[in-house]
Order: sequence, then C-alpha cells, then structure tokens
Amino acid sequence: MSWLETYVRPKIKALVGSPPDIPENLWLKCDNCGQMIFHRDLEANHHVCQHCNHHMRLPIATRLALLFDEGAYETIELPKTPVDPLKFRDVKRYSDRLKESQSKLAAMAAGSGAVGDHRDAIRVAHGKMDGRNAVIAAFDFSFMGGSMGIAVGEGLVAAARLAVLQKAPLIVIPATGGARMQEGILSLMQMPRSIIAVQEVKDAGLPYIVLLTNPTTGGVSASFAMLGDIHIAEPGAVIGFAGRRVIEQTVKENLPEGFQTAEYLLEHGMVDIVAPRSQLKETLVRVISLLTPGAPDAVADLARVEAELEQAGSADLEIPALAAGDDAGAAGGKP
Amino acid sequence: MRNFLDFEQPIADLEGKIEELRHLADTGEVNIADEVSKLQGKVDRLVTQTYAKLTPWQKVQVARHADRPHFSDYVDRLITDYQPLAGDRNFADDHAVLGGLGRFRGQACVVLGHEKGGDTQARIKHNFGMARPEGYRKAQRLMSLAARFNLPVITLVDTPGAYPGVGAEERGQSEAIARSIEGCLQSPTPLVSTVIGEGGSGGAIALAAGDAILMLEHSVYSVISPEGCASILWRSAEQAQTAAEALRLTAQDLQKLGVIDRIVTEPVGGAHRNPEAAIASVGDAIDTALDELTALEPAALKSRRREKFLSMGRDALT
Ligand SMILES: [Zn+2]
Repeated sequence: MSWLETYVRPKIKALVGSPPDIPENLWLKCDNCGQMIFHRDLEANHHVCQHCNHHMRLPIATRLALLFDEGAYETIELPKTPVDPLKFRDVKRYSDRLKESQSKLAAMAAGSGAVGDHRDAIRVAHGKMDGRNAVIAAFDFSFMGGSMGIAVGEGLVAAARLAVLQKAPLIVIPATGGARMQEGILSLMQMPRSIIAVQEVKDAGLPYIVLLTNPTTGGVSASFAMLGDIHIAEPGAVIGFAGRRVIEQTVKENLPEGFQTAEYLLEHGMVDIVAPRSQLKETLVRVISLLTPGAPDAVADLARVEAELEQAGSADLEIPALAAGDDAGAAGGKP
Repeated sequence: MRNFLDFEQPIADLEGKIEELRHLADTGEVNIADEVSKLQGKVDRLVTQTYAKLTPWQKVQVARHADRPHFSDYVDRLITDYQPLAGDRNFADDHAVLGGLGRFRGQACVVLGHEKGGDTQARIKHNFGMARPEGYRKAQRLMSLAARFNLPVITLVDTPGAYPGVGAEERGQSEAIARSIEGCLQSPTPLVSTVIGEGGSGGAIALAAGDAILMLEHSVYSVISPEGCASILWRSAEQAQTAAEALRLTAQDLQKLGVIDRIVTEPVGGAHRNPEAAIASVGDAIDTALDELTALEPAALKSRRREKFLSMGRDALT
C-alpha cells in the first residue's frame, strides 16, 4: 500500500494538491518504519523518511521540479491516441477506469495550479539541468499504476523525438507495474515501440539515462528501462520482471533478503548507481556532462527551440507541439 | 490414443463408438462398415463445425494442446542440414529456446524458437518453453550470427512466458528480454516470426519483433495469460474464459488490430490432428514472407520494421 493510504488523517487531497490547503499541524506516518513525520520536514527531505531513509513516492510534479533548474520546466502536449481499442471490460469498463483516473489527475492539477497534459500515465517535460537542455519522460504511478499502454508508448516516442530535436539527453523515469492489461496485445507492442524510441536517441549519439524508481516491473523493465546507457536507481526501489508472488508460487521457497530491490540489482550488475534522492540531480548532471563533453553549456534560447518545434510540428504531426502550460514548481517542491 | 479437450467431448464420444463398432466387426457382425463410415462422416462434420467457431478460451486450449507440433517438429520437416547451436557464452544453455543453422528450402538461415517439449520428460527438460535469461541471450547470439553472415532469421514462438524464478531475476531476465527484442529490431536481414502455439507476453515478443509476424489459425498471443489476467482484474482465476475473450488474443483479433500480418490456416480440427499439413502450411507462409523481404537492403529493412511497429495501435479501432 502506498504511504498515502496509511495517512493519519483523511487529508489526502490537500497533501497531493496545493500547499495552501495543508493545515499547519499535519503529521504523516511512514509506511516503512511507522514513525510520524511533520509534513514540512517530509517536503524538505524530498519525501524521504528522516527516520529510516524510506524513499516514498514523489508526486510527479515534485519529481520534475526536483530535477530541473529552479524547478522550472515545460510539459509537452502528447499526441492523441486511440482510447480503449479493445472495448475492454473486467469488473469495470476500462473506459470508465480511464475517466476516473483522468478526473483524479485533473483535480490534483487544479489543486496545485498546474496545467498541461494529464491524459495518461506519462508526462514529458523539458527544461534545463545545470544550464543544459534535458528532456524527461516521467511515469505517473497514480494513473492506473503507471501502466504502459498506447498513450505511454506514444509519450516515449514523443520524448525521444523531442530529445533528438533539442540535441538533449533523454532521461526516462519509470514508476510502473508494467504493461496495461486492458489494452491487451497493443500494450505488449509498446515494448518494441519504446525500444525503437530510445534507439532514435542512441542513434543520434545522445545519452539515454534511466532513473529506476519504485516500482519498475514487468513489460517496462523488460523493454526500454533496461536499455539505458546508464541505470540509476532510487534506494529500495523494487525492480524486476516477474512479480514476487508469482515467483514464490513457482519456486515454492522463500525469496532472498532484499530480492528485486535497487541494491540487489546493483549487486547483480543490473544498475550502475543507487543514488539517494538528495543526490539524484547532481548525479544525473555529472553523468550527462561527462557523456557529452563537446556539448556547449546550453544557451538559454528557449524561443529558438520553440520555433523549431512549431515548425517541425506543422510538417510532421508526430512531433509534439509545445503546450502552453507550465507546471513549474507545482506541489511546492523546489529543489 | 488421442488427447481430447473438454469441448471435444461429443467428438470423443463418437470416435469411441466407432472404435466399439470396429471391435464388433472383428467378431464377424455384418453391415458394420456402413455404420462406421456414417459415423465417421458425422465426426468429420462435427470436427469441422466445432473448429469453425472456437471461442477464445477454446483456442487457448488448442494452442496449448500437448499433441500440437512443437519447434523440433517444425525443424525436422522444414529445415535441412540442421545444425543446432548451444549456449549463451555466459552462463548456460537454456533448453527452453532452441536454435541453430540450417537450410530452409535451400537457403541457409538461422532458425530459433521456444520448445515446450512433446512428453512429460521433454517438457521438464525444456522447462515447458519458459526461458531464463540464457535463452534470450542465446537468441541474441544467434541473431548476431545471422547478421554477421547475412542470413535470414526464422523464429517460432511457443511459450507460456518467461520463467519467473529467483535465478532468472538475479541474472537479469528483464535485460535479457529487452536486448532480445532490440536484437530483432536491429536485424539487418529479414526476420520472420510465426506464433505456432502460445505467444505468452514478454517471453514471446522477445523473439517476435520481426518484419513479418504470422500466426497459426488457432494460436494465441497475449500480454498476459487469461488466468493471470483473471486473477488480477477479476480476482479469480475462474474467470479465465472471460479474460480470454476480453484480451482479444486470437489470431483473428490480432489481425484486425493490425499486430500480425498473416494467419496461416490450420488443417480441419487443428494442427494437432494433422501436424504434417500444419507444418507444411507454415513453411509455405514463411517462404512467401521471406520472398517479399529478400530484395530489401539492410537499412530499408530496418526502417520498414521500425515504421511497422511505430504505426501499431495508432489506427487501432476506437
Ligand atoms: Zn520511515
């Protein structure tokens, strides 16, 4: 269960939403160690428990603000994709699940004053990191468990093309249970599609970095997420292909201590770096600057990039157009 | 003795009667031959009718049928000069993925695929077609070999999925699958994939990101098994039949969704009733697919393949 659900008082909306609504006396309970944390301390500590170092889930806007200079970034509008192509229905209609998730996101966005494209489980943003252009595609776990369907795949394609266009590194931040079952085989096809997307970045000679956050499993871990030039993981993040329960049922034995955690993957050679949240940005910036020694420290010429994007956008519909909105500093998380 | 699926019970009953009659004939009764041929006609009609309108769940059962031809059966009949190759040069040889060099209709090629095994012993040896990282790494190795020597690649897909085990995770199951998909996508030579039975999730796409994707008429291909889907979304594995319908995992659905290129017709009553005919049809379909691709230069082939996958789902029915 997420830490939000073990909340002391039912003020969930207030916390994920806008800071002004948060009462002064708000305390939260860490879902790992059970200790109480004052909300301002939690925010100041980037949602890491000060008692046990548990890395809680970071709201996506806070995550982006943490990584971009001055917390400033722009999100791009993602291409429209088919909705519910299978007309899928389990105990609920998939189209209804989608609508619920979308209105949940819209409510959160309204609360934080953020605008932009919130239609599915991925957000694509660009801005500066230590003065250089960077593109970040971040999964939103609160949207159907961050599952990857057509829209997410399309978001990754758009992010990759934006990176190529800006000659910027691409950072992808998965937080996902894997493929979105409700899109059936079309969700499985996002595995090759997302791999093609990151190949475009690699072909252009640009760094492709994966920041693995909790959780990164299933069809996402078995596609673009394990093909980064560099793999950085957050402490304690669960990363793996098969789910714990499935493995337990198959092998009928207890799983090793720390199985499928970031630290376990580091030990087994699957990630390069386990970086605490407080050091994420400096780690990313260091790696990127070392991989692109020839690149000039980006001139802050956003207008030029926007013009290029617009031009490209009219010529090729697959290139995302810039959204008017700016989520900068949403949810109050300034680095 | 034939293995009958539950929905084939009426067929099994009739065939049982025929057997009884034949037994009677041995004891000297008259007019038995007429009766047998009448009943046989009835069986044939029933088989045709049943297989003309299989439900998605029934197709799942047919796709998993123990008597359905497996990888090795295809290689035996379609590949000459077959030279199996082993190992991932890193850790082990995974028997769930087999492959090697051989000739397909005279043309040297690399052939690889999942092997489920035909009997209990073989199924255990091949781990029921569930590969560990070594299997996907062997596949990558064989694909690189094909690239280096300009050989087309034929893959046969038949797996419940990648093996969910501790060792598999430790040795990078995710990375192995991802690299295998990447290997398919980077192939400078034609890569033709055929789903011959069960196309189970990531373990299947690992060998199926090809230029042409074919599916046998009653095979299935899905992001998750109907049982797995049912237990997650319906919280009950009992709902597997419902999940099989919702997932749209039949060859016919996948063609409509634009995910596969061609359906290969199976003999009446399914590939398990006439493996030779099924294998021959797959051979013809692979031949046709390869023919269309051989003229393409590596760069053209690669960009065509990228476009093929990028366009998937974009115009899916809404
Ligand atoms: Zn704690």
